[in-house]
Amino acid sequence: MSDDAVSPEEVRHVADLARVDLDDDEVDRFTEQFADILEYFETLDEVPEVDRETDLTNVMRPDEERPSLESEAALGNAPETEDGYFKGPNVS
Amino acid sequence: MTAQTAQQGDLVTVIGLEVHVQLETDTKIFCGCSTEPSDEPNDNVCPVCLGLPGALPVLNEGAVEAAVKIGKAIDADIPEETRFHRKNYYYPDLPKNFQITQYDEPICQDGTLEIAVEGERRTVAIERAHLEEDPGSLQHVGGGGGIDSAEYTLVDYNRAGTPLMEIVTAPDFRSPSEVRAFLAELEEVLEYLGVFDAERDGSLRIDANLSIIPEAEIDGDDTDEIGMDALEAANRTEVKNISSHKGAEKALAYEETRQKNAIQRGRAVEQETRHWDESRGITVSMRSKEEEKDYRYFEEADLPPLRVSGWKDEIAIPELPAARRERFQAEYGLSEEAASKLTSTKQVADFYEDVAGEFDPDLAATWVADNLLGELNYRDIEITEIEGRLEEIKRLVELVADDEITAKNARETVLRSMLDDGRMPDEVVKEDGLGKTGEDEVEQAVVEAIDENPDAVGDYENGDDGAINFLVGQVMQKTGGSADPGDVNQLLRRELEG
Repeated sequence: MSDDAVSPEEVRHVADLARVDLDDDEVDRFTEQFADILEYFETLDEVPEVDRETDLTNVMRPDEERPSLESEAALGNAPETEDGYFKGPNVS
Repeated sequence: MTAQTAQQGDLVTVIGLEVHVQLETDTKIFCGCSTEPSDEPNDNVCPVCLGLPGALPVLNEGAVEAAVKIGKAIDADIPEETRFHRKNYYYPDLPKNFQITQYDEPICQDGTLEIAVEGERRTVAIERAHLEEDPGSLQHVGGGGGIDSAEYTLVDYNRAGTPLMEIVTAPDFRSPSEVRAFLAELEEVLEYLGVFDAERDGSLRIDANLSIIPEAEIDGDDTDEIGMDALEAANRTEVKNISSHKGAEKALAYEETRQKNAIQRGRAVEQETRHWDESRGITVSMRSKEEEKDYRYFEEADLPPLRVSGWKDEIAIPELPAARRERFQAEYGLSEEAASKLTSTKQVADFYEDVAGEFDPDLAATWVADNLLGELNYRDIEITEIEGRLEEIKRLVELVADDEITAKNARETVLRSMLDDGRMPDEVVKEDGLGKTGEDEVEQAVVEAIDENPDAVGDYENGDDGAINFLVGQVMQKTGGSADPGDVNQLLRRELEG
């Protein structure tokens, strides 16, 4: 796969959707890396097609309450919290 | 649509809706956390609805049943197979960075809902209705409270994962008042189905697309047929953040005027998303969001497909408000207005039928539609709040039906005292001495009044008809005012002349 597979504009757009701010050097670097990553996926073309073993449908659970996490555990991994809330930057 | 010089009369408003309805299940759509609103943030959360790595969603059967009920009520197709997709966008109300929703294979397709607007029947086409998860709720803190100027964001995931049904209509509305009528009807239907709690904050959220097109593009007088090219050509605005019928009517009336003014002044209407600011009564432009392709929809591999078209036959739904309104008119001889009032919620309609089954349907209609709903409305109480006391209300109607108490006393004294002081009907009647006096007692009083007032009796016998009024007054006094003066008058005359 050539480097044309991903354009710098596409990288900027994807970065924008992910709210990631990239400078020009980073855009160049990611353009190359995106292309490399996509190339690895081509390996999958060599995998023979196989059918799924079972056709699962209608996997559901009854509408019954299960215990939730304790607040302390729920917030435990958050870098910042306030009064039981997760706290993050302004996201307008 | 640029620089259009048409007069306002030549323009037509076209509106389509996306209505988000919270389904009233006990637990969230993909995990067993409670959907009950909590006073504490992040109280009803687990690894699934927090989007922790490795957690797997499992679909709530109750949410699917509710969706099928809605599908039946709007006469929609439930396809053989339906599935879930991931809608990717990056915002902290979604802990996973995607929302599980349905894309090209929704659970309900091609339904309709009939509404009445100013006495005229209209059928609104519903293109699709699909299941999805509600995001969490954000608070923008500091910097004056506005979203743009906030210093930081607080996130509560209690709401995240609450089952939502998104109901998408065709662009079939021609005015904000039609939208309001549709939302009212939809809410009634959802309440009848028992899948929706209107009292819950944020249970109904509406996005509306509005555009203004030349009237010539409407084919014939069937307002359902509009030239799709014209609709494509006209720029539309999507108005978000509407949360009630009234809000929808106000927001869309504002937006309709704003667009018509722009067109009249020869300015272009921008295709954009606008935010309804309820407190200021205006819509404001929002930063443009992603295009559909940016959501990068792809199949949710953690949820196998659903095959529930057969459920349509298995799950029963109650008689819906429109059908019940018609039946009430036919079966109980009610006016359209009374039938509308009595079918406004399922609880009211059920109670009416309960009362009308035992007593005169007209008397029952007066009592339920006028007296009870009137007094409840005055006190801002819902019928569901006095569910345990409906038997007592029925007893009160029985007292009136059996002529044991006057209608006036029943309404003005007993009913009010029941609602305000929590008293029982028989208790009020007895303690306040409101019982209509029995016939024997009245006759006894008539005999006594005649015996005790020979002068008045003499006057009457000598042709002074006015003397009878004095005797009526005496009888009324003896019976504590609970006898019927007309009856007393007749009894006296019969006794004196007999």
